[in-house]
Amino acid sequence: MSALAHVPTSSGQAAAPPPRRGRHTALPYLLLLPGAAWLLVFFALPLLQLAAASLYDPGGSLSTGYAMTWAVGNYPEALQAYWPQFVRSFLYSAIALVLALLMGYPLAYAIAQKAGRWKNLLLVAVVAPMFTSFLVRTLAWKTILSDNGWVVGLLRDVHLLGPDGRLLATPVAVVLGLTYNFLPFLVLPLYASLERLDPRLLEAASDLYASPLRAFQKVTLPLSMPGLIAGTLLFFIPATGDYINAELLGTPNQYMIGNVIDSAFLVRLDYPQGAALSFLLMAAILAIVFVYLRKAGTEEVL
Amino acid sequence: MRRWLADRWVMGAALLVLGYLSLPILVVAGLSFNRPSSRLSYDFNEFTLDNWTQPCATSDMCDAVIRSMEIGLIATVVSTILGTLMAFALVRHGFRGRAGINGLIFLPMATPELVMGTSLLALFVAAGVPQGFWTIVIAHVMFCVSFVVVTVKARLAGMDRRLEEAAMDLYASEWQTFRRITLPLVLPGIVAAALLAFSLSFDDFIITNFNAGTTVTFPMYVWGAAQRGIPPQVNVIGTAMFVIALLLVGASSLRGRRARRAALAAPVAPRPSAMSGS
Repeated sequence: MSALAHVPTSSGQAAAPPPRRGRHTALPYLLLLPGAAWLLVFFALPLLQLAAASLYDPGGSLSTGYAMTWAVGNYPEALQAYWPQFVRSFLYSAIALVLALLMGYPLAYAIAQKAGRWKNLLLVAVVAPMFTSFLVRTLAWKTILSDNGWVVGLLRDVHLLGPDGRLLATPVAVVLGLTYNFLPFLVLPLYASLERLDPRLLEAASDLYASPLRAFQKVTLPLSMPGLIAGTLLFFIPATGDYINAELLGTPNQYMIGNVIDSAFLVRLDYPQGAALSFLLMAAILAIVFVYLRKAGTEEVL
Repeated sequence: MRRWLADRWVMGAALLVLGYLSLPILVVAGLSFNRPSSRLSYDFNEFTLDNWTQPCATSDMCDAVIRSMEIGLIATVVSTILGTLMAFALVRHGFRGRAGINGLIFLPMATPELVMGTSLLALFVAAGVPQGFWTIVIAHVMFCVSFVVVTVKARLAGMDRRLEEAAMDLYASEWQTFRRITLPLVLPGIVAAALLAFSLSFDDFIITNFNAGTTVTFPMYVWGAAQRGIPPQVNVIGTAMFVIALLLVGASSLRGRRARRAALAAPVAPRPSAMSGS
C-alpha cells in the first residue's frame, strides 16, 4: 500500500514519453500484454463476477447452484441485517484515523524536519514493524493488553479502569490495534510531503509575528496537504475493510463488516449476501474517498 | 528558548509514537523465549531457549512456512517480470490507452483487500476452479504486480537517459545498450520491487483466506492457531523474519554508503565499467 503515494509524482515525471522509431509501435503493447491481461482476468473480471453473484437468487446454495434472478433485494436485506457492523467499521476506522493523525503528524514532522542525521534510522524504525507478520504483531497486543499485563494493572491502579476492568475484548483494543497496524501507511506519505517543506518559510512566518500555531495553520499544514490526503486514504481504506483486529482483539460484539463478509463466504456459504456486502463496502469507501478528495482538493483547509 | 522547547516537544512525541510502534515487536521477540503456562495463554511465564532450538516442534507450522515461501517465490518471480515489462512500456514508450492502463494498475492498490479476495473467490467458484496452492499464487501475483510497476517505474523515471544515448553514440546495439547500461541501472529498482512483492505475498492473509481451499500458509496457520492456542514457535518465525529483513536493509544501506564514499574518493566520477567490454 505504501507505494500508492508515489503514483502521482512518478506518473508526472513519465508524462512525456520520448517517441520511438516507427518499427517499435507494437513493442509497448507486447510489454503491457501479460501484466494487463493478468489484471483484467484476475482483478477486473472477478469484480464483474462479484457484481453478478450479488444479484443471484438468495434461495440457491453452493451445492444446488445459484440462479441469476437479478435479486436487487439482496442489498437492502444485507444492509438491514448487518448495519450495526457496517456503522461500526466506519466508526472504528474513523476513531483510529484521528488517533493515527495525532500520533503520525508529530512523528512525520520530527523525522522530516528535526531528525538531522538520524533521519534514515528513524524511517527504518517506522517501517520496521511491517518486517514481521501482521497477524503475529496483532497477537502481541493480546499480551500487552492482557488482564495480567502491566498496562491493565497500571490503569487499574490509577482507577482509569475498575478493579475488573479490561482492555482486551473491548472496542478500545480493536481501535488501538487498527491504529497501530495502519499507522506506517499514514506516516510515510506525510513524511514525504513534510520533507520538502522549506524551514525558512516557518522562519519567515515567525519574523512576520505569526505565532507557532498560526504558522502551522498557514504554512506547514497547507504544504503537507498532498501527503496528508494520501496518508489518510492509505490508512482509512485498509482499516475499514480489516477484520483481523476485531477477530483477534475483540469479541463478536466488536465485529466489523469484514467479519460478516468472511463468515458469509466461508462459514455460512451465503454467496449472494457476501457479494452484496462486499459491494456495499466498496461503494461506501469509494463514496467517502470521492467526497473527501473533492473537499480537500477545492477548499482551503482551516 | 521557545523554539528549543518546541523542537524537543515534537521530538519527544515522535519518540513516544515510535515506542508504540516498536512495542509489539519487542513483545514478539520476548515471547519467542517464553514457555507459556498453557496453550491459550499469551502472558510471559518463564524463560526458555527451546522454541529457538526446536522451531519445528509443531511440524504443521513449519510446513505452512515452507508453503508460504514457495508461494512467495513463485508469485515474486512472475509479478516482478510482468510488472517490470509494464513499467518499461509506461516510462519508455508512447501508446494509446495510457489512462486505462494506469487505472488498471492503480485500482488494485486502492481496492480493499477484502473485496479483491471475495471477488476472486466468486470467479473461481463460478468457473469451477478448485481452490488451493495455484489459486493462491494467482491471487498473489495479481496484487503484487501493481506494486512492482510503481517501484520499477520510479527508478526508471529517475534514470539519466543520456547514459543510454552515449552508449548508442558509441555504436552499441540496442540490445547491448539494454543489457550493459539500462538493466544494471534499473536493477536496484527491480530488486526492491521483488523484495516488496515477496514480503506482501508472504504476509498476506485476507486475500489468501478466501482463495486457499484447504491449503495452509503461515498467516493462515497463525489465524487458525489463534483459536486453538498459539505455539510459541510462531514468535520465533516472527522474530526471525524481522531480523532477516533488518539485516537486508542494513546491508543495502552499507553498500549504498560505501558506493557513495568510493564515488567521492575517485578523482573523476565513475563511469559504467560495462562499456569497456563491448
